[in-house]
Amino acid sequence: MNNKSKNFFKGIKDTSPLMIPVIPFGIIFGVLAIDLGLTPFTTIAMSIIIFGGASQIIFLQLFSAGASSLVILSSVGAVNSRHLLYGTVLSEHLSDLNLTWKIIVSYFLVDQAFAVSNHHFKKNKGDKDNYFHLIGGGLNCWTIWQITTIIGIYLGSIIPEQLGLTFAIPLTFLALLVNDFRKLINVIVIIVSGSVATFGYQVIPFKAYVILAAIAGLFAAFILTKFVKKKL
Amino acid sequence: MSNLSLIIYCGIITFLTRFTMIALLKKEMFNERIREVLSYVPSAIFPAIIFPAIFLDNSGTFQLENNPKILAAIIAMGIGIISRNILATIFFGLASYWYLIFF
Repeated sequence: MNNKSKNFFKGIKDTSPLMIPVIPFGIIFGVLAIDLGLTPFTTIAMSIIIFGGASQIIFLQLFSAGASSLVILSSVGAVNSRHLLYGTVLSEHLSDLNLTWKIIVSYFLVDQAFAVSNHHFKKNKGDKDNYFHLIGGGLNCWTIWQITTIIGIYLGSIIPEQLGLTFAIPLTFLALLVNDFRKLINVIVIIVSGSVATFGYQVIPFKAYVILAAIAGLFAAFILTKFVKKKL
Repeated sequence: MSNLSLIIYCGIITFLTRFTMIALLKKEMFNERIREVLSYVPSAIFPAIIFPAIFLDNSGTFQLENNPKILAAIIAMGIGIISRNILATIFFGLASYWYLIFF
């Protein structure tokens, strides 16, 4: 197996445990979309064109509340602004790629793929083919997302709402932080960001609480890392 | 705006947020200090999704009492710290949540 396919399959393997919560999430999305009166075609188009769980759920939420196109667009933008940071973090490893590959890689830059590939890139610096790890992981997410969207459209109504499967979403993100709970600075950053998001949720318009919380967390990291260094 | 064109615009925005930095930044722009702070990006973003989903109810109101999600999340976190295993964390989080709401 050549290096590209090795990276590709490693990406699929690394994202696989993260796909378990994506399954109910995709089904929930499909169910909600049909429930709100979107056609199966529009629902599938949404999963292919947007390809982002959080954006799509927020789209539906606002759409069902009768929000204007402008509010929907800006909210989707605000929720997605976290990708700017993902891109910033990964660009260091992807800056040598040509434009076509950058476009392909960007389409697959979802949370789960970012989390595992960020880790993989740091461990395998200098491997020219490591972007295939992100493509493998992203394609894994993509496939699961499309299949579960379709399942949600056609079979979803049999899944009882009482199961509270939406709870799987925060759990996934929590699980992605398992390595950070032991480090003091990370824990402080987590608390800062989480508090800003929780208390800003109602107050900050257009769902911009996501990026504001992230900026607050990064600012805390900036200060804390400076302070810790001076002490040494 | 028709539904489909709204979806296409949202897709373009989503893509641009993913693409912009990858397209614009060069690796020469990074120094150790920037790398260090950027290593905290997951810790800075994921809680913004985790916390509201746990502490707020469907209407966005803060809910501390009678909220099984908090205990389930704490159990998941404990499992995560001990096992460092993503799948175990998700599994025990969901299992304890179901235990709390059904029994």
